[in-house]
Amino acid sequence: MAVSVRIPTPLRKLTGGADEVSIDAASISELIDNLEVAHPGLKERLCDANGEIRRFVNVYLNDEDVRFLDGRDTALKDGDEVSIVPAIAGGK
Amino acid sequence: MSGSIVRALKCRECGQEYPIEPIHVCEFCFGPLEVAYDYDKLKGKFTRTLIESRPQTMWRYKELLPIDGEPTVGAQNGFTPLIRARNLEKALGVKELYIKNDSVCYPTLSFKDRVVSVALSKAVEFGFKTVACASTGNLAGSVAANAAAAGLESYVFIPHDLEQGKVLGAGIFGTKIIGIRGKYDDVNRLCSEVAGKYGWGFVNVNVRPFYAEGSKSLGYEIMEQLGWKAPKHVVVPMASGSLCTKIDKSIKEFIKLGLVEDNGTAVYGAQATGCSPISKSVKEGTDLIHPVIADTIAKSLAIGNPADGFYANRVIRESGGWSEDVSDQEVIAAMKLLAETEGIFAETAGGVTLGCAQKMIESGRLPRDESIVLCITGNGLKTQEAVINEIAKPRIIEASLKEFDVLAEADKAKLAS
Repeated sequence: MAVSVRIPTPLRKLTGGADEVSIDAASISELIDNLEVAHPGLKERLCDANGEIRRFVNVYLNDEDVRFLDGRDTALKDGDEVSIVPAIAGGK
Repeated sequence: MSGSIVRALKCRECGQEYPIEPIHVCEFCFGPLEVAYDYDKLKGKFTRTLIESRPQTMWRYKELLPIDGEPTVGAQNGFTPLIRARNLEKALGVKELYIKNDSVCYPTLSFKDRVVSVALSKAVEFGFKTVACASTGNLAGSVAANAAAAGLESYVFIPHDLEQGKVLGAGIFGTKIIGIRGKYDDVNRLCSEVAGKYGWGFVNVNVRPFYAEGSKSLGYEIMEQLGWKAPKHVVVPMASGSLCTKIDKSIKEFIKLGLVEDNGTAVYGAQATGCSPISKSVKEGTDLIHPVIADTIAKSLAIGNPADGFYANRVIRESGGWSEDVSDQEVIAAMKLLAETEGIFAETAGGVTLGCAQKMIESGRLPRDESIVLCITGNGLKTQEAVINEIAKPRIIEASLKEFDVLAEADKAKLAS
């Protein structure tokens, strides 16, 4: 299943500057593993030592935070759009 | 001061350390940076006697605030009254209740004068000439006033539909005030972009790690004013959740430095139901904060996507506290109760704090027989819209004793009935 993944500016060094990449994956965790294969170094930026998505990294599937879906087990289908967005830092 | 004890900026998530610079996010994992100190350097030097010998401002605790040397902005700020609220004790049926009254904080009547004093002193150290903020109102007023006094240029960004008192309370200082069509969360997002592009000292973006530390002074003062004692329970209003975490940090620091005994202080968070992502997470027993679209009269707390929500949630749960939220009507009722019992006119956020405390006393979450401190963080004159139709209007009469006698007679009859 081909899914398009939007890459935020601070991580584009790892994707050769690409702001969007296409990845085959059936779930979010598979997507992260396959991202790592295609662009080594990405996984440790996205996930902690236990493989959990880092607290200040938001992964959206078609505009819904996957934390509020099935987390890493969230299923993907053809044509889905995944966005990786660092949490908006700052605030009072 | 005998050398700063600030060691570094440290990522709260992955622990990576950075030198002291105007940065606020970990480059590696995007976690927030926090100021880390070498407390050992203060051992035996930072004593009650030393603190008590200093002027009554927040800067009497300067060793624990992250600036070099003396403050250049807001040197007079802080040290607000802690009052024993005996009338309110009776009304609520509790034994020992205190109000920490930052509604009279110098110079702009909110606890934001504390964080701004630190943030702008630090901004001056960093060499910024223009300072800015994203604000729900109180911060805008404080940045504008303190920047004016320090001779700094300022920009303040606010949601377009704030209370008149908040807009006026910033605009009067000659700041450049920008209203954004959107909620605070939209303002915040824009400010992240502006901060990246314009290179200003944004107190709650690139200067945020330093700014946030200023809130600790509220906690230090409470403990000193209680006679060098930590309270058993402290109730704090929550927007981003930052104050909640910094009160907790202040108590832990004083314990570590031997200034107070560990009293097992529990921290309680208060939100308005119309914007209660943190209280909801606590009540549901999760640490996932679900962002909301804020809708409440407590506009100063209307942050739908709270930056420190996770950490506030953790502090509340680990300290044995709890969190509540109250409706707009309950906010207004609590504002009136505080005013009528203690003579303190708090802004809507104060109504949230008292309203939630009331609810937690009734539910048994807050015990009636142990010391409770309520943090009142802003002034009611800035949020008049909330109560203007809820209070008695003046009864208009001629300048005639006869007419007044009629009124007085009626009042007497009413009292007797």
